[in-house]
Amino acid sequence: MAGPMKMRATLAGGYTEVRVLMTHPMTTAQSGQPLHFIQNITVKLNGKALIEAEVSQAVSRNPVFSFRLKGGAKGDKIEVTWLDNKGESNKIETAVA
Amino acid sequence: MKGIGAANSAPSKEIVIDAPQIAENGAVVPIEISSNIPGTSSLAVVLEKNPFPLAAKFDFMEGAAPFVKLNVKMAETADVRVVATAGGRHYSATREIKVTIGGCGG
Amino acid sequence: MNRALARILLSLAFCAPAAAQDVKKEIERYRQMVSEGSPAELFELEGEALWKKPQGPRQASLEKCDLGLGPGVLKGAYAALPRYFKDADRVMDLETRLLHCMTTLQGRSREEATQRVFGNADRPSEMESLSAYVAAQSRGMKMAPGESHPKEKAAYELGRALYFQRAGSWDFACTSCHGEEGKRIRLQELPVLLKPENARSVAASWPAYRISTSGFVTMQWRMNNCYQQMRMPEPAFGSDTTVALIHFITVTGKGETYQGPGNKR
Repeated sequence: MAGPMKMRATLAGGYTEVRVLMTHPMTTAQSGQPLHFIQNITVKLNGKALIEAEVSQAVSRNPVFSFRLKGGAKGDKIEVTWLDNKGESNKIETAVA
Repeated sequence: MKGIGAANSAPSKEIVIDAPQIAENGAVVPIEISSNIPGTSSLAVVLEKNPFPLAAKFDFMEGAAPFVKLNVKMAETADVRVVATAGGRHYSATREIKVTIGGCGG
Repeated sequence: MNRALARILLSLAFCAPAAAQDVKKEIERYRQMVSEGSPAELFELEGEALWKKPQGPRQASLEKCDLGLGPGVLKGAYAALPRYFKDADRVMDLETRLLHCMTTLQGRSREEATQRVFGNADRPSEMESLSAYVAAQSRGMKMAPGESHPKEKAAYELGRALYFQRAGSWDFACTSCHGEEGKRIRLQELPVLLKPENARSVAASWPAYRISTSGFVTMQWRMNNCYQQMRMPEPAFGSDTTVALIHFITVTGKGETYQGPGNKR
C-alpha cells in the first residue's frame, strides 16, 4: 500500500504555490534492489490537468515537489496523482488555503 | 536526449537554476528551476554524469507557471542542465553542483 | 585526472582555511533548501496513524496515553519532557513514556514493543513515527522539562556526572568529543552541551529527519549511537542512563521555542 502524501497549496504573489510530499523508495538500478520508482505525476486544478511530469529513478527517495499555478483562488481544488513503474499509484487532494 | 532537445539547444540566461553550490548529501540535491522565456511549455532536468541523464521532464499546460522545485540524486560533482522548450525551440542553461564526500579526513 | 585523485583534491580544497567559511555558507544554503520540503512531515503523518491504531492484546490505541499533561493531551506534552511520572515512579523521556503506554494501555510486552525501536529509511520504527507526531504537537512552545521533583533533580545530576564519566574499552566520555569548543568530525560540528547556549538549539532540534540516511532519528537513538561510537556497552532502550543524559541536555538547553521536528545532516 502506498505511503502517506502531504500537500499544501497557498496563494502567494499572484500564483498558487503547491508543495507536495510523497512517500516512495525511488530505488535505482544501481542499488541492487528491484527497480521501484515514480514515473508519472499529474497536477490538476479543479479537475483539469495543468502539469504532467515524467520522472526517473534519479529523483530522490520520498520526493518533494513544488509547483506554481497562475492565479487561483481560495477553495480551488488541487489534485496530485503519481504512478510508478509497478503500476502502483496514489493521489492527494487539497483546497487552496 | 535528442527528444528533449538537449543536443540542439541554445544557451539562455532566461532559464533560472537555483541550487546550492555544494550538496552535503548527493542522495538529496534540491534544485529550483524556472524559465522566463515566453511560451515555455516544458522544462527538462538533465544530470550530465548520471547513467540515465534525463532526471525529469515537466510539461506545463496553460495556467501552470514553468517552475518546479525537486530533489535529485547525484553520485558525484557534475553539471546540471535544464532544457526549456518554447515555441518548438529548445534552450538550455547549466550549473555545476559539487557533491561532498565528507570533507577533511573523510 | 582519475576519480580517486580528483576526490582527494576536492576534499583538500574544502580543508583550506580560507575557503572554510564559504563552504559553511553554501552548506547552510543546502540544508535550508532541503528543509523547505521536509520529509519529517511524512513521519508525523505515519505517527498520527499509529497513535490512533488499536494494538496489542488490549486492542487499544495510544489516544489515552498520559504524556505528562493528562491522558490524551498532546499539545505541549513534548516540550514538558523529560519529567517525573508518579505511576512509574521515575523520570521518563518521550520514548520511555511511549513504551510505558504501549505496555500498560495496549498490554504489549516490553520485548515485543522494543523489538525494533530504531528503523531505517525503508521502514521507520513505530517509535520514530510516534516521536515525530507527538513532538510536532509542541510546535511553538518553550522547552520546559521538569526540574522541581527530587527525582528530576537526581536525573539531572546523574546525567551531568555521566557526561564526564570515562568508561568502556576506549575510556571515552561525552567530553571526549563534546568537551571542547570548535571540535568537529568531518563536517559535523560537535557542540559542547554543558553550555546553555549550545544545548538550547540542540535540545530543540530533536527528534529530526536525517538527510544523509533519509530516516528519522530520535534522542534514544542518539544516545545509543554515541555509546556505540564510544565503544561502551549498549544501553537498554529507555534506561536510566539514557534518560538521565537526555534530561541533563534538555534542562541545560531549556527555554528555546520548539519549531517541530527538524532536519539534520
